[in-house]
Amino acid sequence: MNYLTIPWENLGFGAFWLMLMAFLVALPCSQMGSFLILRRMSLTGDAISHSVFPGVVIAFVFTGDLASPWLIIGAGLAGLASTVFIELIHKKTRVKQDAATGISFTALFALGVVLMETMLGKNVDLDLDCVLHGRLGLLLEEQHREIFGLMVPQPILIMAGVALLTIFLMMLFYRVLLLSAFDQGLAASYGYKPAVIHYCTMFAVSFIVVAAFQAVGAILVIALLILPGAAAYLCTHRLKIMLLLASIHALLSAVGGLYLHVWFNTDMASAVVVSGGVLLILAWLLGPVDGLMWKWLKDEEETPDKDASHSACSE
Amino acid sequence: MNFLAVFDLLIPATGAGKAILAAVLLGAGAGLLGSFVVLRRVALMGDAISHAVLPGVVAGLIYSPDRHPGMIFLCAALAGLLGAGIVRALMSTTRLKSDTALGIVLASFFAFGIMWQSRNQAGTAGVMNFLFGNIGSINAADLKMMMVATVLLCVVVFVLKRPLLVMSFDEGFSQALGYPVRILNGIFYFLLTFSVVVALQAVGVVLVSAMLITPAAAAYLLTDKFGKMLLLSMAFGVLSGIIGGVISANVNGMPTGPVITLAATVVFAAVYFVAPKHGVLAKLLRTVKRRRRVRRENTLKAIYQIQESGGFTHEDVSLIEIARKRRNTEDHARKECASLLKYGFIEMSGDGHSVHLTAAGWKRAMEMVRNHRLWELYLTNEANYADDHVHEDAEKIEHILGANTVKQLEKDLDFPELDPHGKPIPQPQLLTPVS
Repeated sequence: MNYLTIPWENLGFGAFWLMLMAFLVALPCSQMGSFLILRRMSLTGDAISHSVFPGVVIAFVFTGDLASPWLIIGAGLAGLASTVFIELIHKKTRVKQDAATGISFTALFALGVVLMETMLGKNVDLDLDCVLHGRLGLLLEEQHREIFGLMVPQPILIMAGVALLTIFLMMLFYRVLLLSAFDQGLAASYGYKPAVIHYCTMFAVSFIVVAAFQAVGAILVIALLILPGAAAYLCTHRLKIMLLLASIHALLSAVGGLYLHVWFNTDMASAVVVSGGVLLILAWLLGPVDGLMWKWLKDEEETPDKDASHSACSE
Repeated sequence: MNFLAVFDLLIPATGAGKAILAAVLLGAGAGLLGSFVVLRRVALMGDAISHAVLPGVVAGLIYSPDRHPGMIFLCAALAGLLGAGIVRALMSTTRLKSDTALGIVLASFFAFGIMWQSRNQAGTAGVMNFLFGNIGSINAADLKMMMVATVLLCVVVFVLKRPLLVMSFDEGFSQALGYPVRILNGIFYFLLTFSVVVALQAVGVVLVSAMLITPAAAAYLLTDKFGKMLLLSMAFGVLSGIIGGVISANVNGMPTGPVITLAATVVFAAVYFVAPKHGVLAKLLRTVKRRRRVRRENTLKAIYQIQESGGFTHEDVSLIEIARKRRNTEDHARKECASLLKYGFIEMSGDGHSVHLTAAGWKRAMEMVRNHRLWELYLTNEANYADDHVHEDAEKIEHILGANTVKQLEKDLDFPELDPHGKPIPQPQLLTPVS
């Protein structure tokens, strides 16, 4: 039982903050990511998390302040630019969407690196370590703010705002998102413009990616976007249940991440993702819809039947 | 050993020379394999593999004695292969689509690598070099390995070119041809992982994907022949390698990998606009030309119809009549007639306010009207359309029907004389209107 209480003994209330922060980052990602999976656009998260880079660098060059909201706006614009490039390439030529995605985001990322090296010089504050690990591990050292007599780390407040906004917007536009995820033509026939939906979705993804990016780093954002939705997708055929399961996945990976972080003394952000990955493997094996286990069991039950029908046919 | 000594001779002495040679080798190898990647629509497989090798790199750094590069390479390749295998397994056993499967593997493997690395920071100091690549740090031994790898890659691809090509377009068909699809797939993903790991040290995780995708996509826009695509893609890879290498050697502070990527992107952008057949400008030009032709032919048809409604008694048709028929201004009609004049379909008569058709004009106009009416008849007779629903469709297809299709239509409809609305179908071969 000692294992279960270790984080609380070591970190005290800090453990709760870490877990809450991880959940608040994973929650909006999980909801948005579910729709991305249904739209077969999982890798746009990958593309956007890389392409926001030049936007961040340019905004940083102009403001010189890492906390400036211009960074988020710059990043959002760069994310949109990459979406536009992808569309320009795969709509206008015979290059397919996956290759178009690859061309756009690598180009923007490379541009970002070159800009960073040439315009910021050596005294860069945008360190690569932050791109990989994020600042989740530093959460407890960030500035705290008093809310209702409780000292709350500031990033939690920001992320809570992002999560609430995302969920509010998704409830508001649930019908549009649902329609366009399954049948773009039907959505268009109801008068929802596919292009508008597409670009709004992409802007929302850029926004969430940028918000989550500072916490968990560029690549782990992709994991938070895809893993919850994918695990939920393996367990159900219904969208509402999928969204619910995805948020439960987000919560469980936050809890699991905390324990992995403390047990093995590892980086917190990647621990959250790894525990999310373990949950996905469980869903892959045991999921009620796609679980490998049930398929194997069914196969074993059916094998004699198959033989019987074969012999019946041959007779 | 003799064989390897040849490679020794090729290795340049200066650091910049080495970097450029590495970029060239990389461009050639990735460009070659990239053609298959782009055709098979697994463009982001390279991206997934390059991220998935991370746990392998970490394991290699921690456990191999003296950080032997060969061991690290091997561990990385194993992790990459495992990742590729899991992607295939996820796709074949669940409803998840390729993009999600790739994303899952990419992100989970990478996260696992990062987690492992964060536990063992001291043992894994070189991880950053692997992730972001540093072409300047490539030494003679690395170069020799890259050369051997590139030569090997070229040999395997050219030996297996045909089965790999067939499989890229249609796995089922290649199975029917008797190719061992599973083995070929294995070889393909092995080669891909191999070249990703080789390239990783030079350009880093993200930019490996660029080297695989961008030159091949540019080549894909330039040619319809697979052999040519392979060569072009290699050439573009080498070209961007050289440009990137030279720029970053001469301009202070320019990182090589990103500059190579940007060079490849510039090449792609140029091809995107000016490629003769699949380029955006060529397509735009074709659309504009087609629109102009359609407009011209519609005006010709209008002149014919005006003549027809007059019982073909007047030779001249006034611009005002054309404008009214086309529901447009007189200026507009004049402009369209000027274009017809240029092509020799009409001649101006009298004071320049009216026109008459030349022999060529008559022929083309009659062809248009015939195509239109034949198609209307075909839709009502053979496809059971109502006769008030056929005009729009015929209006589009009249410009496209070729001589053979027209012959076939006439035969199928038993050489008709009247369209569904009772109007006569002209016969351009007689060169006189049916009156």
